Amino acid sequence: MTSVIILLIILAIAGWIASAYNSLVSLRNQVDNAWRQIDVQLKRRHDLIPNLVEAVKGYMQFERGTLVQVVEARAKAVSAPDQSSRMAAESQLTTGLGKLLAVMENYPQLKSDENVLKLQEELTTTENQIAFSRQAYNDVVLRLNTRVETFPSNLIANNFGFHAAEYFKGAPEDQAVPKVDLSMNNPSAPSTPGAPSAPSA
Amino acid sequence: MAPASTDFRALETTNRRETVVLVIVMMALLVALGFALDVWAGSVAIVNGQIVGFPVLTVAALVFGAVQALTSYYGGASLVLMSVHARPLAPDSIEHKTVLDVINEMAIASRLPVPAAYVIDDPSPNAFATGRDPHHSVLCVTQGLIDQMDREELQGVIGHEMSHIADYDIRTMTMVAVMVGGIAMLSDFMFRIMFFTGGRGGRGSRGNSNGDNGGGGALIAVAVIVLAAVAPIISQLVAMAVSRQREYLADASSVEFTRNPRALLRALEKIAQVESPLKEGTAGTAHLFIVNPREGLKDDDEGFFDNLLSTHPPLNKRIERLRAMAGASAAEVDAQR
Repeated sequence: MTSVIILLIILAIAGWIASAYNSLVSLRNQVDNAWRQIDVQLKRRHDLIPNLVEAVKGYMQFERGTLVQVVEARAKAVSAPDQSSRMAAESQLTTGLGKLLAVMENYPQLKSDENVLKLQEELTTTENQIAFSRQAYNDVVLRLNTRVETFPSNLIANNFGFHAAEYFKGAPEDQAVPKVDLSMNNPSAPSTPGAPSAPSA
Repeated sequence: MAPASTDFRALETTNRRETVVLVIVMMALLVALGFALDVWAGSVAIVNGQIVGFPVLTVAALVFGAVQALTSYYGGASLVLMSVHARPLAPDSIEHKTVLDVINEMAIASRLPVPAAYVIDDPSPNAFATGRDPHHSVLCVTQGLIDQMDREELQGVIGHEMSHIADYDIRTMTMVAVMVGGIAMLSDFMFRIMFFTGGRGGRGSRGNSNGDNGGGGALIAVAVIVLAAVAPIISQLVAMAVSRQREYLADASSVEFTRNPRALLRALEKIAQVESPLKEGTAGTAHLFIVNPREGLKDDDEGFFDNLLSTHPPLNKRIERLRAMAGASAAEVDAQR
């Protein structure tokens, strides 16, 4: 009788270990996947920039500085040797593009160029998708880290080598970007997830 | 502390349970309707508390119900799209492309597959989502929504719909749409045959020579009439109760996706200004939309019966709650400064 009870307790513990372990693996995979999502968007942005610069530079001779900043930040991001310098370049790029999209508003001729409008929409949505995939990434990191750090799942995490993942933090100048009207006619701004204004939902 | 994340897994479980309850309630209504028809038509008689005869019509009603449930599960989305005359968004038009882009953005924010996107040619701003799971989901907006909303407001509205997709509201609500329609059809059918046969019992109950049968026949006829009248109302009430709470929840989740309570707040305020109802909205599909599309049902009243009989919470109450969220987040920012 006692042996049956002991057996049941052992089975229950083993079952709990297995399920805790599996959910940690699943969260870690979700974090990896969310990171790849950000990567996809950043690559798309890299591909878009040459086209956009090509399309607008004829109209915007007086904005050479802004254009050069964007092109240089892109080159730095593409050729960055390691992750942290790449992220620094990417956040510079975000700032530069924000500025570029803002000054584009001063050139009404741009609005009559179908090609520019399409590129502008493309770039706006890419910027938003970067922001949202960063937000989604940070959300799963939060869930993973909570599991890794709280009792009792931290026992499993420590024994099987699960580590807290790092949040994707925007650079300080990233958060200082003014809210930009990126759409045609309509006053709107992309939300900046991760910014301190994040409400409790 | 970071915002508490809505647990969609838990919501999905609740929703699965509710879908099962819903199917059972609808089936029970069908069986009751079918059995009442059986007794009334005489294919079944109750003799000394025992059921005599084969309940043909009950079985027929059950088969009808099963076919309905299966159709709504697998084909509900296309049925709904067809009934509102929706067509796919055109990616070569820049304003439709913007909507497609915003849908992509919100799919990323909610970490869901990108739903198929459709548009209804109607100037009234509205939107709905349908399908049986996130991998077979459809998001539909009206041309009016595209014309009147800016990008931020579109994010709010589409975030609301993505939340219905995330917690499987779409499956429950689409099945409700088709099954409520089915029950209404059956009870309508019953009224018709009662009307044409003069409301009197069928062969079996007359042919049965039990002593108390005369009174029983009249009673049964009354019971059938009451049942036929009540069944569609019950099924509607179930549909509405299921629908109302979900709207608040989807509003809250939309804010979680956009991290911007003003997005949906401004969209709903704009919609509240619009008087023109949606032409394509019917009783069967009203609960699918983000705001009630039916004429004269702007959901502004707050009386008990208005609450009981409406598929959506009052628009001004939803706006109030969003304002509270916007105020809270503004205060949070102030506190951090």
